[in-house]
Amino acid sequence: MTAETQNNDTTPSALGKFFTSVGLLRESPIAIFGLSLILFWVILAILAPILPLYDPNAPLEPFKFPLDGSAKNDGLYWLGTDHKGRDILSRVIFGAQQVLVWATTATAVAYIVGMLMGVVAGYLGGWWDEVISFISNILLSFPVIVLYIIIITYLGATGFNIVLAVTFASAPGIMRIVRGLVLDLRTRDYIFAAQTRGESPLYIMIVELLPNARGPLIVDACLRLGYTTITIAMLGYLGLGLPPPDPDWGKMIAETQPLGSFAGHMAVVPAVAISSLVLGFNLLADGLREISMKD
Amino acid sequence: MLILAARRFVSMALIMVVISFTLFAIFESDKLAVAGKVLGPYSNTEQRELWLEQNGYNEPFVERYFTWVFNAMRGDFGDSIQFKAPVADIMWPRLGNTAILAGLYMLFMIPLSLTLGVIAGMKEGSFQDRAVSVGSVLTTSVPEFASATFFTAVFVFALGWFPGTAAMTDGFSWAEIFLPVLVLVMYGFGYTARMTRASMAEVMTSHYIRTAVLKGIPYRRVIMKHALRNALIAPFTVIILQLNWLLSGVIVVEVFFAYKGFGKLLLDGALFGDIYVIEACTLVAVFVAVFSQFISDIGYTLLNPRIRFT
Repeated sequence: MTAETQNNDTTPSALGKFFTSVGLLRESPIAIFGLSLILFWVILAILAPILPLYDPNAPLEPFKFPLDGSAKNDGLYWLGTDHKGRDILSRVIFGAQQVLVWATTATAVAYIVGMLMGVVAGYLGGWWDEVISFISNILLSFPVIVLYIIIITYLGATGFNIVLAVTFASAPGIMRIVRGLVLDLRTRDYIFAAQTRGESPLYIMIVELLPNARGPLIVDACLRLGYTTITIAMLGYLGLGLPPPDPDWGKMIAETQPLGSFAGHMAVVPAVAISSLVLGFNLLADGLREISMKD
Repeated sequence: MLILAARRFVSMALIMVVISFTLFAIFESDKLAVAGKVLGPYSNTEQRELWLEQNGYNEPFVERYFTWVFNAMRGDFGDSIQFKAPVADIMWPRLGNTAILAGLYMLFMIPLSLTLGVIAGMKEGSFQDRAVSVGSVLTTSVPEFASATFFTAVFVFALGWFPGTAAMTDGFSWAEIFLPVLVLVMYGFGYTARMTRASMAEVMTSHYIRTAVLKGIPYRRVIMKHALRNALIAPFTVIILQLNWLLSGVIVVEVFFAYKGFGKLLLDGALFGDIYVIEACTLVAVFVAVFSQFISDIGYTLLNPRIRFT
């Protein structure tokens, strides 16, 4: 269950093509830079258990500045320690694990739900379309933060509920994109061919329509991954995120922000971490869009 | 035009009805839980039932919903549990504060993003285009709580130019509101700038612009008179619809800078379990969002010369 393998969930049955498109990335330096930023965090998150790090929740010595060599156990706090004496480097890396796992899970679930809604609404049309579009319009009328607050305060702040909240907030938007793509694709010859062969609507939707809609969806998925990362950190910041004590980038900022006047690094480090990860997703999306425009 | 507006209005009203009913069902279908929230965790079941009886909670659900909606439309949202005062008395001033914040944000964000977007879109692929595109990706990648951290580290702690909070205890202060607005603009302008850029770039490739240039009209005049009007239709919709997710940023900024606004009230209400505050705030937030969609739809059709009404 690493974040990396989940990344592929957004392009079902297109694994091989996914790798060819990774090869295409060479055309865009922006995309490569974005991908390296993401991989940097993914690799750190995967290696976190075997890296020589302090326990992220262990109180060591409070308020050490970065590269302070005066640790009593001859160690070095590369990024210093926080107000409770926990090693910030270790917390940032373990926080990366949390945010990557939950952001990819939430985005993947939102995508599965949104794609199913979109393909059903677009292909079957009629009442299916009316009902699904109406529900989507209702959900899209909510300011997203209101959805998050209602769902999380009502059901409690657990990982599952955060995934649920992200799904509620994102699936309608994904549904709209997929529906639009499917409305265009359903008039293609290969769909008529499949219908003539007597394939079931389910087969046509899953095997014929969705894989052919993947181009714009991959770009959108990258953007959404970045946005979901922000959302999860924001919920952590607002006190609606994953329960303590495990490190969470947003909560790290919230906890240490009042102490910024004499130990600013405590909040700046997680802020840099989240910005760089989101930048990675956004640049990758930008590069991918550029590549797809060239064809 | 009137028919279109009327149809939009009906669908807006329908959405409001469905949403308010859903909200009411989520928050108030469990009567005993409501009484428990109002009377506190140490009240017993008898007290709660007595309270329910006294406050008309034993009416049928649908009837209670209508009473609630009717009261809400008159501006009566019940009493806040946390502040022991009518929700309306607390909420409207807070909404005013947030309107100031959002207004200032719009005031700076709109000219900035439109100018940058137009400059970038004028010449696709040029240096200024690349600079604006990369710059806006950079700023939209830094969420509000991160950029607020950076700005306070620099402007508050290192340089000491601005105060780190915007609690406005001594009345309105420009110095205090500067950083919150800066944070919102930094995160928000990129999206509109990119939309404007795309729209402008599309207009610049159209035939009538080429014709205008070939006729020998000065370039500046082509941009100002011919391109801008069409290029700014799409950004208009984007700007209005921003209200919908501006609230997320506003909540973060209000919490970060301790600004007494609507978003912080909603969040505090939610964390405290202040049921009538949550109801009132979500209702108002959704109304603003739905109404802005209505405005953007109508505005788009009015602005777009290609849509004609006969």
